[in-house]
Amino acid sequence: MNDQTMTPEQRAANLKGMGSSRKRVEDVRFTQGKGNYVDDINLDGMLFGDFVRSPYAHARVTGIDAEEALKVPGVLAVITAKDLEPLGLHWMPTLAGDKQMVLADGKVLFQGQEVAFVVATDRYAAADGVEAVEVDYEELPVVVDPFKALEPDAPVLREDIRDRAEGAHGPVRHNNHIFTWEQGDKAATEAVLAEADIVAEEMVYYHRTHPCPLETCGCVASMDKVTGKLTLWGTFQAPHAVRTVASLISGIAEHNIRVISPDIGGGFGNKVGVYPGYVCSIVASIVTGKPVKWVEDRMENLMATAFARDYWMQGKIAATKDGKITGLWCHTTADHGGFDACADPTKFPAGFMNICTGSYDIPVAYLAVDGVYTNKAPGGVAYRCSFRVTEAAYFIERMIEVLAIKLGMDAAELRRINFIKADQFPYQSALGWEYDSGDYHTAWDKALKAVDYDGLRAEQVQRLEDFRAGKTRKLMGIGLTHFTEIVGAGPVKNCDILGLGMFDSCEIRIHPTGSAIARLGTISQGQGHATTFAQIIASEIGLPADDITLEEGDTDTAPYGLGTYGSRSTPVAGAATAMAARKIRAKAQMIAAYLLEVHDDDVEFDVDRFAVKGAPERFKTMKEIAFAAYNQAIPGIEPGLEAVSYYDPPNMTYPFGAYICVVDIDVDTGETEIRSFYALDDCGTRINPMIIEGQVHGGLTEALAIAMGQEIAYDEMGNVKTGTLMDFFLPTSWETPHYTTDHTTTPSPHHPIGAKGVGESPNVGGVPCFSNAVHDAFRPFGLTQSHMPHDHWRVWKTANRLGLHN
Amino acid sequence: MIPAGFEYHRPGDIESALSILTQHGDEARVIAGGHSLIPMMKLRLTDLSHLIDLQDIELLKGIEVAGGTVTIGAMVTQHQLINDQGLADAIPLIREGSLQIADPQVRYVGTIGGNVANGDPGNDMPGLMQCLGATYELQGPGGTREVAARDFYEAAYFTERAEDEILTRIRIPVPAAGTGYAYEKQKRKIGDYATAAAGVLIRIEGGTCADASIAMTNLSDTPVWSVAAANALIGTAVDATARQAAIAAAIDEIEPVADNRGPVEFKKHVAGVILGRAIERAASRAG
Amino acid sequence: MTKMHVKMTVNGEAAEGLAEPRTLLIHFLRETLKIKGPHIGCETTHCGACTVDLNGKSVKSCTVFVGQANGAEITTVEGLVNADGSLGVIQEMFREHHGLQCGFCTPGMITRAHRLLQENPMPTEEEVRFGMAGNLCRCTGYQNIVKAIMAAAETLNAQKEAAE
Repeated sequence: MNDQTMTPEQRAANLKGMGSSRKRVEDVRFTQGKGNYVDDINLDGMLFGDFVRSPYAHARVTGIDAEEALKVPGVLAVITAKDLEPLGLHWMPTLAGDKQMVLADGKVLFQGQEVAFVVATDRYAAADGVEAVEVDYEELPVVVDPFKALEPDAPVLREDIRDRAEGAHGPVRHNNHIFTWEQGDKAATEAVLAEADIVAEEMVYYHRTHPCPLETCGCVASMDKVTGKLTLWGTFQAPHAVRTVASLISGIAEHNIRVISPDIGGGFGNKVGVYPGYVCSIVASIVTGKPVKWVEDRMENLMATAFARDYWMQGKIAATKDGKITGLWCHTTADHGGFDACADPTKFPAGFMNICTGSYDIPVAYLAVDGVYTNKAPGGVAYRCSFRVTEAAYFIERMIEVLAIKLGMDAAELRRINFIKADQFPYQSALGWEYDSGDYHTAWDKALKAVDYDGLRAEQVQRLEDFRAGKTRKLMGIGLTHFTEIVGAGPVKNCDILGLGMFDSCEIRIHPTGSAIARLGTISQGQGHATTFAQIIASEIGLPADDITLEEGDTDTAPYGLGTYGSRSTPVAGAATAMAARKIRAKAQMIAAYLLEVHDDDVEFDVDRFAVKGAPERFKTMKEIAFAAYNQAIPGIEPGLEAVSYYDPPNMTYPFGAYICVVDIDVDTGETEIRSFYALDDCGTRINPMIIEGQVHGGLTEALAIAMGQEIAYDEMGNVKTGTLMDFFLPTSWETPHYTTDHTTTPSPHHPIGAKGVGESPNVGGVPCFSNAVHDAFRPFGLTQSHMPHDHWRVWKTANRLGLHN
Repeated sequence: MIPAGFEYHRPGDIESALSILTQHGDEARVIAGGHSLIPMMKLRLTDLSHLIDLQDIELLKGIEVAGGTVTIGAMVTQHQLINDQGLADAIPLIREGSLQIADPQVRYVGTIGGNVANGDPGNDMPGLMQCLGATYELQGPGGTREVAARDFYEAAYFTERAEDEILTRIRIPVPAAGTGYAYEKQKRKIGDYATAAAGVLIRIEGGTCADASIAMTNLSDTPVWSVAAANALIGTAVDATARQAAIAAAIDEIEPVADNRGPVEFKKHVAGVILGRAIERAASRAG
Repeated sequence: MTKMHVKMTVNGEAAEGLAEPRTLLIHFLRETLKIKGPHIGCETTHCGACTVDLNGKSVKSCTVFVGQANGAEITTVEGLVNADGSLGVIQEMFREHHGLQCGFCTPGMITRAHRLLQENPMPTEEEVRFGMAGNLCRCTGYQNIVKAIMAAAETLNAQKEAAE
């Protein structure tokens, strides 16, 4: 068929634009083992770095003896804090306004902390060198409990900043106190609580866990002494920010640093931060004049880079007798570990925890968060999460359940009567956000109907009866969650990281033959950007997605952007892509009008062409227009066809969803079987349904892991108890259930294509859904709250405590 | 995670293997599948300078079922145990247990010899071999001797095997026709060791338990073969009362330790539940 | 430490190199032979990203010393492409059914699926889930991996029937 005979729908389908489940272009490489991950990079003469790490959680380092290590064949250097000090690199700034030791400077504050960096000819020699370094430690009292850390006689962890009155986020009241962050109206909230019909109160703990992407963190630093240029390949979710930070702390001019994020084997927030391995590799390359590779192993990854969560959330929720919520109060104690290295926008030391009013119309609320130092690893990253949204969603979705118990109400109904209504959007929340759009009632009703909610409750009643009659030892739980996310950070006016505004960017160049290349400031870690961003461009300018190459992650070629995390790629870079494409389309319109010899306003865009209004047979395809842009002198129009957009979003986007799961719990063994899981997501305009579903499956599986067993646990001495994948729970295909996905579509009114982002929704909504299901099973026996993870023994303990083993 | 250096040997027969082992004493270790040993070496928790790979030694291979006895070479993998129809017909308990070990890849490499000889309380085969009344053949410089699986385990990683001996073959009496069997295992996920596991054999004659054997895994520093638990079943109809008595007897003999799987109290409770289920299933299969 | 001379057949071609005996097979493949499909994910035999086919068995190459694989026949994900360079059936089905995201676990997944389908050409969903439980994926939640393998089984069986 040619252009004349195809319908507009057929022409649109050929573009594989937005809405198409286009197969991923990345996969031809990945399925045959031709990815290019950081450990695949091998340069001539490349050396390998490896860390000596602290076995203690809190100790003074009284001596480091590298003499034996330097005798190990292949070992070239052992770098310590003393070597970095003259360069000013023994400490580095964190994303949260604190500073962190690159290598132990007199003491260590967590198990696994970097003490010395051994550089050798290969990874085997480096490991031998690490083994041979002798470090003398003098143990100090260990603090692993954030509440004990704030007691008057608690040991001072950060002696470098002892007795300060002011931290990066305001006054501090204890040596181990990092900040207090307050939002909302304290007095009004307390007044509501004092007079409410009903107040439900609970401590909700979201335990410490870890993003644990399958590929660990690593880099290759290569200083070219001839050109003076440093090239740094690494697992960076924000390559441009890494370059700027590297320039600021090393003193190397930014144009002399090239940061490249190659293929990344999953990130989930683990690869946002800057780690000592990067700094040491750069130094080692400068010192040796050779490329230096550092790749952490799994134990190092779990012990030292980027934990997530660890929020103790004390909540009070007030309501009328008939269940209308009147106020919400929350005090959070946030365990930040030995350094405050949380990855949050600068003005938000507790991230977007103030989204904790969730999907509900709550007139007043108050939130206070206290950040605390302990002898644990630093991090506090957004693990498949937009800056503490997971904690906030877990908190409110647990508090709703606790309130339902107190009211003796069905938790689905309690949610329904408190949802923000469709006609209230844009909605101003009590804690300061403006929700862009939503239709929660429609989504909720669709979800309840899809799972036959009433039928499930009837079955549950029967099961309970059977259980009490001794006919079964399995309880049935129904988990409900309606979450509202806040993603797409964010407006430059209030969101920055290290002073860099959180805009993002896209640059598109159309080639003369009508194919194109687009470059973005983000970086895919599996999200399929090369596939989906091409679809946005395809729909916006009418060229087939298959003819559009996507590039990201090379700071020498890509436009500046803040990277990929917090579900911000589609909301921010996706918008930049649409805006850049529209600039091209505007120019194409002028070219088309010139070629068709009509006025600019007399042509209109029609899928893949501009046609004369009222005469659709007179048109120029985008391919023809592209060629014309390069081969014709058009009066008043520059040659070429390219555009760049730096997009500063006017607001965040607020994806939401309704999740329902059913579990069967063996009260005798504590085993929980996930019988079904239904996930309805509303992420606004859907760019690639296949990829959205894949994101939901993956996020739900991460949620399953977190809710049911995954944790970074410490003993009282600060030893990590979950340092390998034997104990750090990642479910296999055997433990993972089949998911049912569904959607509604409520576009974002302020986003150029109405998209909101989806990658993190299933983690945000999945964790409370699984957890609520476990709680729900025990509700008839008086359970209101039991902390995650709901692994076998903790579930068993709950059953035992409730007398179900008697 | 990089192991320290060593010299690698791959002898073609058992005599050569033994001579290397004798020559280097405690600096040498034999390696079968290596999936317990190599991780320990990578963590530098095991010190050795000579590694003796047994993969070429014919004597250590093969499964034979003859004359009421099954003989299994030490280098037979779990994958082979699962897929050998003759073995499954003679002793189906071994297939049932093997399928619950680790994951597919590990089962292709992991051997029965390594699993029983290592002395790791988390391994499943020692309990299964005790349940089945197996005998291990050990060959050393002084010749060959046999040790009953029920006498082999002294403490975690300490066994009757001398440092200069190699476990070569395992002999298992085929249970009487109609013997019911079950291996129940609770674990956190595929690839995990047991929170609690139990192997049970039950023979029923005329509605009464004529013989029983019960062994538990990962609930003490050695497998626990409980005569008392079996005796609680023998002579009964394996009803609820008898099961409870067997469970009580078995729990009396285990000494689990707290770990990430849970505290002692939980493990003891789960051990009872798992054992109860194993007894029920084994009894239901007896006939 | 003296190096040993190691020979093996990798993806149908003879390969050899010198290596310290302690060299792990994964490092020998990736660094000496430059076969970078198999990846390192956990180093403790839990994740399966390093899975290769060794003498007809799916093996985690992070837990095999190079000496143990001396003389072996090894297939990696690179060896599963068709002779004309196009994607093999399992690879194609992973692409078709979105059975991968970041791609890091994919070589191990596909290599394992290859052996699973050799041994069990018509697996049920439960058998696929059990047979793939030695490979971890952090992105997909396995649903589309299972779907891809089931679809690959169907395609392979249809091809086999057509050939007969």
